[in-house]
Amino acid sequence: MSDARAEVLGRIRSALGSAPAAPEVPRGYHGPGVAEADLGLFCERVADYRAEVHRVSRDELPGALAEACARLGLARVGTTLDQAVEGVELVRDDPPLSVTDLDGLDGVLTGCALGIAETGSFVLDGGAASGRRALTLVPDVHLCVIGEGQVLASVPDAVAALAEAAAAGRPITFVSGPSATSDIELDRVEGVHGPRTLEVFVVAP
Amino acid sequence: MKGFPAAARETLRDSQLRRNLGKATTTIRAKRLATIAELDDWEALREAGAAIKAQAMATLPEQLERLEAAVTAAGGTVHWARDGAEANRIVAKVARAHGSDEVIKVKSLATDEIGLNEALAEEGISAIETDLAELIVQLDPEDSQSHILVPAIHKNRAEIRALFERTIAQGQDLGWEASAIAEAARTHLREKFLTVPVAVSGANFGIVETGTVCVVESEGNGRMCTTLPPVLVTVMGIEKVLPSWRDLEVFLQLLPRSSTAERMNPYTSLWTGVRDGDGPREFHLILLDNGRTDVLADEIGRQALHCIRCSACLNVCPVYSRAGGQAYDSVYPGPIGAILTPQLKGLGEAPTLPWASSLCGACYEACPVKIDIPSVLIHLRGRVVAEEQSRWEPERLAMAAAGKVFQSRARYEGAQRLARMGRGPLGRMPVPGWTPMRDLPEVPAQSFRDWWRERRAG
Repeated sequence: MSDARAEVLGRIRSALGSAPAAPEVPRGYHGPGVAEADLGLFCERVADYRAEVHRVSRDELPGALAEACARLGLARVGTTLDQAVEGVELVRDDPPLSVTDLDGLDGVLTGCALGIAETGSFVLDGGAASGRRALTLVPDVHLCVIGEGQVLASVPDAVAALAEAAAAGRPITFVSGPSATSDIELDRVEGVHGPRTLEVFVVAP
Repeated sequence: MKGFPAAARETLRDSQLRRNLGKATTTIRAKRLATIAELDDWEALREAGAAIKAQAMATLPEQLERLEAAVTAAGGTVHWARDGAEANRIVAKVARAHGSDEVIKVKSLATDEIGLNEALAEEGISAIETDLAELIVQLDPEDSQSHILVPAIHKNRAEIRALFERTIAQGQDLGWEASAIAEAARTHLREKFLTVPVAVSGANFGIVETGTVCVVESEGNGRMCTTLPPVLVTVMGIEKVLPSWRDLEVFLQLLPRSSTAERMNPYTSLWTGVRDGDGPREFHLILLDNGRTDVLADEIGRQALHCIRCSACLNVCPVYSRAGGQAYDSVYPGPIGAILTPQLKGLGEAPTLPWASSLCGACYEACPVKIDIPSVLIHLRGRVVAEEQSRWEPERLAMAAAGKVFQSRARYEGAQRLARMGRGPLGRMPVPGWTPMRDLPEVPAQSFRDWWRERRAG
């Protein structure tokens, strides 16, 4: 195995020759910290992916969650949040649920690390609010709660904010709308393997 | 190997294929333009993307060593593979070590390139494709991929429905909704995701600074494969490295907008080694050469390694959108395939591909990392011709003769006079492959030079 390593590295060095020019990277694009996040834009762009978006106050959140669960017929829901939802049995992922248990849940309710207004995405970072990756993947419905203050303007803002989590080796997942495919006539249609229903609750402080 | 012209002649006769392709590529072209128009710094992002890739390639040994160290520190195992066979052996060994005769796969061009599925089959291990389009292609024994992003782009909804009703959804009536067709795939693969112990993926990016591997996808099968099975093996071409975490801010904008013309693809997964209690317990990263160092050795051709597999160049190419991907006879079709395949496999293996282009330049304009595909095509044409120098090609001989004639005024004028007399090198010689299809122009009674001289004398 180490032979292969030495040989591949040797091939690269001889291919590059003695002094390969490494150009400076021009970063003339809009980097992090350029613009304020536009919450209206965030909601609009999340909805563009055919996800439901709810803008609610702290007080309205429990009612909005209960309404969504009732409408979607969710009786048993996994959760990472300390938020009771009326009429719903909430299941903590502690001790960790097996994949079969996860598959048996009607949905999952989590927070997230941050949102990106420009692309209508939110990001899960394996922290307490996001939960581990399987939790938000196996159930067919994902209800995600995000505070208004968590929404950032752009992809560079998000990448900068996630640097610490990445350096700590935490798994990071960007989610933009429900599971989809473009494989049939290059047309985005919902629903293959990830959660086919996504509802995002944007909570005012 | 029949070569592009012969293969394209066949695919061009398939009018259904041309309709399917035309519809899909026209739609995506318009969508891509609209999505990139939303960003007023698109050109600056392209400049940055090109420079990051060039920088990564120029410092590749150091980048790979640092990536290896970071992945290892995070609990992963790094393997190096000189060629496809070596990479395939490593995957098979890992699968066997876990007593598995099945692996689930995320769509990966690198594993297609090295023929992983076939190699595993020989070892008695079946590789199950989980991407919808890959599944479509895998279910039809007559079929092969035709697009980087949408391998089944040549099939329309009706054809996919019929295929599924013959195979994974026997006895069902799926109807015409794309979502019902997708549902059939979901049901078919669900149990595999939950039970198969080994997954194989490719990688869109390997971030050196943090040791993070990135897979960009739509359906969630990538998340399934990289999260649920206890063992994950990732096959990554050595050119996929990005030096710093920050570089993602460029590529996570360039890639989705160029490939599916979305602001962001549904799911982007990033993981670093193994994580206690979250995801696979064992992670193997295979760093694959398989011809990439040969590409790197060509100073003009090496920019083909900057490709991020977005497929924008396919969708805008007038040749691809008519001939289709299968005419290229490679996992890398279209303009990028025309420069990548001959360099990866050796020019002798795909000598006609550098000519599979009208050099219109649409690919260069669309490329998010500004690969100058037309220049590389011309460069490779030159290399192919140079390699064929020793052969008695009629075109080469004719060109050599013409070169001599054009070198001197006396010889040129002499040739013109001979042509008028119906003899000599510019005369009515039948040229194989040329005159059966075209008429040679009539030779005028008097050349411009003769007329000019006469006029001045008179």
